[in-house]
Amino acid sequence: MSELRRGLAVAIAIARKDATSELRGRQAAGSTLFFAAIVLLLFGFALGPNAQRLAEAAPGLLWLAIVFGGLLTMARLHQLEAEDGALEQLALYPVDRRAIYAGKALAGAAAMLVLGGLLVPVVAILYTIPLGSAWLPLLAAVVLGAIGFAAVGTAYAGLTVRMRAREVMLPLLMLPIVAPLLLAAVKVTVTALGGDPLGEQGAWLQLLAGFDVIMLVVGAGTYGFLLEE
Amino acid sequence: MKSRVLGFVALLAVIAAAIFGLFVVPADLHQGDAQRVMYVHVGSAWLGELSFGLAALAGLGYLWRRDLRFDALAHSAVEVGVLFTAFAIWGGMMWGRPVWGVFWQWEDPRLATTALLLALGIGYLLLRRLSDDPTRRASRAAVVGLIAALDIPIIHFSVIWWRGLHQGPTFIDPAKSLKAAVPMLFVAALLFMLTAFTLTWAWLLIRRYQLARLETRIEEEVRLSRINAARAAATAPGGAVEEPAG
Repeated sequence: MSELRRGLAVAIAIARKDATSELRGRQAAGSTLFFAAIVLLLFGFALGPNAQRLAEAAPGLLWLAIVFGGLLTMARLHQLEAEDGALEQLALYPVDRRAIYAGKALAGAAAMLVLGGLLVPVVAILYTIPLGSAWLPLLAAVVLGAIGFAAVGTAYAGLTVRMRAREVMLPLLMLPIVAPLLLAAVKVTVTALGGDPLGEQGAWLQLLAGFDVIMLVVGAGTYGFLLEE
Repeated sequence: MKSRVLGFVALLAVIAAAIFGLFVVPADLHQGDAQRVMYVHVGSAWLGELSFGLAALAGLGYLWRRDLRFDALAHSAVEVGVLFTAFAIWGGMMWGRPVWGVFWQWEDPRLATTALLLALGIGYLLLRRLSDDPTRRASRAAVVGLIAALDIPIIHFSVIWWRGLHQGPTFIDPAKSLKAAVPMLFVAALLFMLTAFTLTWAWLLIRRYQLARLETRIEEEVRLSRINAARAAATAPGGAVEEPAG
């Protein structure tokens, strides 16, 4: 029991460290958000100017922007560690490797949550989507999506951070893995905004939650092997 | 030596199954000759999936035992799996064009799943090529293989639901129709080719594994000789001093 508490304390300390360096670093986190917003703007050019077409595509575009921004976020969170050998130091600490994974994933999920939370209003404004009563399922999708993306992203960023061509390898390995997450999150968003005549929203949220649990468990179980290098 | 016998048997089986499927079995009433693609398509899709499952298990074995033979097996399985999966997709498109009228059918959940499977397999092979250290490469590859294998059922379910959660199949399932009302001769051709493909798969896997073991040995030899050369240079009188920096 006390071991669990100790692991939790380690995880929170690591997540807080990441959050502090993000907030003090400023430019990196802000530029990721700006990048995702530009992606949304370019989607508008690619599909516009028909307002109805943009509104129909909006859920998919929102989640693609979150995924693209998320790839940068995940890479950056490990890049910070890899510089100056901080990751090696972290691996040397006499703590459970799962706690280190949990800390990095927590920081990643928080960053994804901020990204998603800020992109939803951008989409609503750019593509004229009335959010209205849709905010609760939308929030659930963003939270579950952020956790799942961070669960996979932490493992894969840890895996690619010391590789050649990591800028290509992280998206290349991660995008097929998060395909079901993208699919489910888009479905929740579509049903939240456009109504849910078949009553399928709950099933998609469950799929998201199941994805999160499986990826967190396998990530925690394998992250130690990646740190050992 | 034994694998050579297996390879020979596999070759004969593929030739015999091809003759059987092309000339003995009649063409399908509705699909015509295109239906014959199914004889090679179904088997290669199954063997592709089997390969990735095997690779995940071998990766788990590596993480547990730290034995590079498991890694060699995982690597071989993914390489053979990518080959069979790509062949299955290609065969599916060759069948889909005359029967469905399109190469790519988004309504079929298995097509999207198989495409992602192929992407995961190619990613795995690229990851291996970009990692130099054998043990580092092995643990990275094992983790990627494991995550991919756990993701595949989720992909499968999500794509099936995606097509329509409360909606029955909108097209005729080729595998099911084969089982239901198709003459025994068609089933025999399918099973014959499946056996021949399984023999080929096993032969390729064994040969690739033997090759992977040889590659590992060469890597170790090269590393050892490098270490020895460095050691010799360091112990030689004045050698360490004359060594240029970097």
